[in-house]
Amino acid sequence: MEGKKTPLYDTHVKYGGRIVEFGGWLLPVQYSGVIAEHKAVRTCAGLFDVSHMGEIWAEGQEAFAFLQTLVTNDLTDLEVGQSRYSPMCYKDGGTVDDLLIYKFGPEKYLIVVNAANIEKDWNWMQENIDSFKVELVNKSDATGQLALQGPKALKILEKLTSAPVGNIGYYHFMADVMVAGKNTIVSRTGYTGEDGFEIYCEASDAPVLWEAIMEAGKSEGILPTGLGCRDTLRFECCMPLYGHELSQEITPLMAGLGMFVKLDKDAFNGKEPLAAQKANGLPQRVMGAEITGRGIARAGFPVQCEGKVIGRVTTGSPAPTLGKNMALVLIDTAYATIGKEIFIDVRGKYIPAVIVKKPFYKRTK
Amino acid sequence: MKIPAELKYSSDHEWVKVEGNKATIGITDFAQDQLGDVVFVEVPALDTELNATEGLGTIESVKAVSDVYSPVSGKVVEVNEQLEDAPQLINEDAYGKGWICVVELSNTAELDDLLNAADYEKLLLEEA
Repeated sequence: MEGKKTPLYDTHVKYGGRIVEFGGWLLPVQYSGVIAEHKAVRTCAGLFDVSHMGEIWAEGQEAFAFLQTLVTNDLTDLEVGQSRYSPMCYKDGGTVDDLLIYKFGPEKYLIVVNAANIEKDWNWMQENIDSFKVELVNKSDATGQLALQGPKALKILEKLTSAPVGNIGYYHFMADVMVAGKNTIVSRTGYTGEDGFEIYCEASDAPVLWEAIMEAGKSEGILPTGLGCRDTLRFECCMPLYGHELSQEITPLMAGLGMFVKLDKDAFNGKEPLAAQKANGLPQRVMGAEITGRGIARAGFPVQCEGKVIGRVTTGSPAPTLGKNMALVLIDTAYATIGKEIFIDVRGKYIPAVIVKKPFYKRTK
Repeated sequence: MKIPAELKYSSDHEWVKVEGNKATIGITDFAQDQLGDVVFVEVPALDTELNATEGLGTIESVKAVSDVYSPVSGKVVEVNEQLEDAPQLINEDAYGKGWICVVELSNTAELDDLLNAADYEKLLLEEA
């Protein structure tokens, strides 16, 4: 198997991880099982290696102005210690990637991007620097990242630090937090729909942090968790995955991310085409669907309604928390209404489904 | 990996239990472990005429779809309906409660083409 190893590769093997190739990386799809790991995150805690993600620093006098033209969301009221989610678009409104921007200072930002897009995003950012007074530094390989997610995440993390991590609000972060004796950035973010933390560290510190968190979490029922449940967890919350719900052809508006596209902001890449798309009506939209027949929809399967193809499945899977099979589908706007009955072509068999509200799961606590 | 001595095996990781002219078919412990959590099983319809090496159904895990091939030819006379509501039986008891279907053999000579437990174990070691 070919691929890049994260700093935790040997740790994964030690913990019984089943290694697969994912976007050029060698990572565990599961350890004990996708469903057990999914349930652990929903009921106690799971620990993910997300070191493959990309970390790009933007520093300089015009870092803010540069980022404002690069992303669709508005960073104007972003505070130091706060992070914000945003799509990043091409000039035609198609999506380059979706990312998080952390504000460390008025001239210092950390941009966290999808692992599969690091090189593409870096090149895109370089192409768009123009004359902005900003310096970009790609620290992806030097940075490790662990995601501790679940209702017990805070209790576990508090065992390893004297810093008041419980006070970190959602989509906020604290820098220079000593966790198990290692200097980290602790962010109250995640891709699972549960409470949790994404912990950034020196790549070489990742293994020690992993072991410390696993030890501290043992009594709380923590499990090492892989890519398999990472996907089922975000899918239940209907969080987009680039390459599925977002792409060069799927704009953030089509993906239902309009609240992260601030069309009244000053010029940014894709602003005019996105405004036009909103004014003219979206051609297709990403909707949620529940499979009502017997079968599992998978990405790429055609969606039919009234005898014709109206779109395709972008992500399809069992939803373990719900005990049902669900799908996210990109379909013609004319059919994009809650309650609409559709058919999904599952390897030649038409399985009935119904359009339902998103998200499929929302935590109550 | 469990490899019961009394069963016969295909190189596609199916097992066969022969009783008279009937054969019960399932997937091996190795196969269920490779698949991970089974969430959906498509079994053949009763009275289907199967031919050896042709597909008889599919088994799906959370992430993957896997075809099941019939090791023998014959008519499907029983299917395990429990797999509809409890697909995880294949993970829990691959050689017992996880059985998929029973076939009335049309050509018992085919059984000689199948592997015995020792040969199947050798196959697994070679694949590793």
